[in-house]
Amino acid sequence: MSGHPATVDPYRTTLRTAADWGLVALALLALAALMLPLGTRDGAVVGWFGGASGAAPLFLIGVVLAVIAGRSAPRRLAAIQYPGAWVELAGVALALLLPLHLMNEGVDLSAGWGLWLFLVVATLLLWRVMGTLAGVPGWTRSVLVPGLFGLGLLAGWEVLVRGFGVPAILLPAPSRIAAALAANAPVLWDDFRQTVLVSVLRGYVMGCGAGFAVAILADRVPFLARGLLPLGNLASAIPVVGIAPIMVMWFGFDWQSKAAVIVVMTFFPMLVNTLAGLGNSERIQLDLMRSYGAGYGRTLVKLRLPNALPFLFNGLKINSTLALIGAIVAEFFGTPVVGMGFRISTEVARMNLDIVWATIAVAALTGSGFYGGLALLERLTTAWHPSMRGR
Amino acid sequence: MTSPTSPDATSPDSRPFDSQGAAPRPAPAPTVVEARKLSLVYPTADRPVTALSEVDLTIARGDFVSLIGPSGCGKTTLLRVIADLERPTSGAVAIEGMTPEQARLKRLYGYVFQAPALYPWRTVERNVMLPLEIMGLAKAERHARAREQLERVGLSGFERKFPWQLSGGMQQRVSIARALALQPDLLLMDEPFGALDEITRDHLNLHLTQLWRATGKTCVFVTHSIAEAVFLSTRIVVMSPRPGRILDVIDCDALPRERTLDIRETPEFAAIAHRVREGLKEGHSYDD
Ligand SMILES: Nc1ncnc2c1ncn2[C@@H]1O[C@H](COP(=O)(O)OP(=O)(O)OP(=O)(O)O)[C@@H](O)[C@H]1O
Ligand SMILES: [Mg+2]
Repeated sequence: MSGHPATVDPYRTTLRTAADWGLVALALLALAALMLPLGTRDGAVVGWFGGASGAAPLFLIGVVLAVIAGRSAPRRLAAIQYPGAWVELAGVALALLLPLHLMNEGVDLSAGWGLWLFLVVATLLLWRVMGTLAGVPGWTRSVLVPGLFGLGLLAGWEVLVRGFGVPAILLPAPSRIAAALAANAPVLWDDFRQTVLVSVLRGYVMGCGAGFAVAILADRVPFLARGLLPLGNLASAIPVVGIAPIMVMWFGFDWQSKAAVIVVMTFFPMLVNTLAGLGNSERIQLDLMRSYGAGYGRTLVKLRLPNALPFLFNGLKINSTLALIGAIVAEFFGTPVVGMGFRISTEVARMNLDIVWATIAVAALTGSGFYGGLALLERLTTAWHPSMRGR
Repeated sequence: MTSPTSPDATSPDSRPFDSQGAAPRPAPAPTVVEARKLSLVYPTADRPVTALSEVDLTIARGDFVSLIGPSGCGKTTLLRVIADLERPTSGAVAIEGMTPEQARLKRLYGYVFQAPALYPWRTVERNVMLPLEIMGLAKAERHARAREQLERVGLSGFERKFPWQLSGGMQQRVSIARALALQPDLLLMDEPFGALDEITRDHLNLHLTQLWRATGKTCVFVTHSIAEAVFLSTRIVVMSPRPGRILDVIDCDALPRERTLDIRETPEFAAIAHRVREGLKEGHSYDD
């Protein structure tokens, strides 16, 4: 069936010149899908053709035309590589719109095996297009392909949840989460400000700063390093749910207790990574500094800290995730009536799961933004490091 | 066996910086490096390694001294002791009458390591400027010196490259430029040209000998190449391993101070090279 090795460019063979066996297989699957129903309406089976299915044949024709156009497109059009891939992508998008259209028409899709098979074909087509686009260097590969991947997942989630009528209490569709996000924006913004901009940022800066400072000290005072490192292993095993209520008792309901939890969680990862980084300079590099008569401070600034940068970023990235988790969990044990953890715990109790999911979405976006920002900064500052070169 | 204490071997060392009257040359140069009964034992896990044993060596201002000997005979160790990167177990070294530590803190020497030891986060130019930053020179002066030295080693146009974008030989030339940028009176070089091809090596040898003659720097130069040692040096120190010691010190006064690549064809050159080779053979015979 898949007669094409991965190295063969599918856009070099047009419909006229050679058969693309993978595509032929997909076409056969699509034909089979046409034999099966699209769904039911008022107890009656809805097929592909005939008045009941509304505009379904138009969608079908659109997709087929997009694929044919994509296959016959040249390899390169001006600055665009594989323009055919983009046309096929439009075809896939059209295919994904079909179930939404049918649901608007009032069709129940849960028994529409023809439609689901058709969507499987569309997914396989998307797979092939992504494979092609992933070979284009630059922005296409590093940003567009992951972005399309995420969009594809969201589309699949939306169609499956709505098509099979999954209750929103179990799993709402992305569109519902987005609607809840928009409807509750002021509340969610207040939660975000309290949890992220106040608790997480302060706790993160204090925890990472303290870990870094103590590591610098421990580097000069060897017994400190020997005493602290085993404690680090111990601290990493402390459960947040154990430490959080204690911190709330010690520091009260406001951000101070959340920051304290974050400090406990982030201090040792930063300490351990900084110490490892400071020990990362080679003897010959140190000898060079010594031969210049450079003292401890200059050697630290000009040699050992730059050498430690990849390790420092490792610690900062680990801690960005830990800090967010720490703050949200700690808010379960007492907050002023605002905060992402507080929101989740109260809205779960009220069965308001749309808001819970919206808060989860905010937390996920915040976490990946935080991490991504650090990763970008790392790329900018440690482009010289072997692990970053040539990327 | 030629022991370093025999009159023959020490004759070049006995230049009369302490007995002015008997000077064979009109103006005896002052001593830059003086090592007396220098020993160094590395305490390793299984058994201690004697890297240097009772080494006596005197280097006068303007000397170009090459250290030659089989691998592991303590050439690097001797250079490191002079540079205060290693403390001798016994004996003493004086640099310009100071302890090595004082000399190091006054930045009296420039050291070219056996490996380039460039900092990968700095561009070529900023690597060369590193010692100048530490000395606290003004920015304009740092730039000027870096450009001058990079041009000297034939790396103009590579200022903005990173070390890992350069070949091994080019990296080593950057490290030479970095040592020269300090403008030290004493240059310690540990096999600086070991990684270079023959033609570049000839070229840099010529440059080095011209630089040395023009500036009157004192050079201590480690090499494995007999031809290179004879071509560059005023004196050649032949060392032998286990324990590391000086076998022979050979004067190259027979060669003119001003040197071109042609002198390698002269009989004087051949005679000195022969003596170095004999010394090296003698060192190796201890292994059997
Ligand atoms: N840091 C160290 N610890 C233990 N032993 C060492 C150390 N450095 C060098 N040695 C030993 O001391 C001896 C002399 O080493 P050295 O590096 O001075 O040799 P070398 O003459 O420079 O050799 P090569 O020509 O290979 O560079 C060797 O036997 C080596 O094993
Ligand atoms: Mg060596």
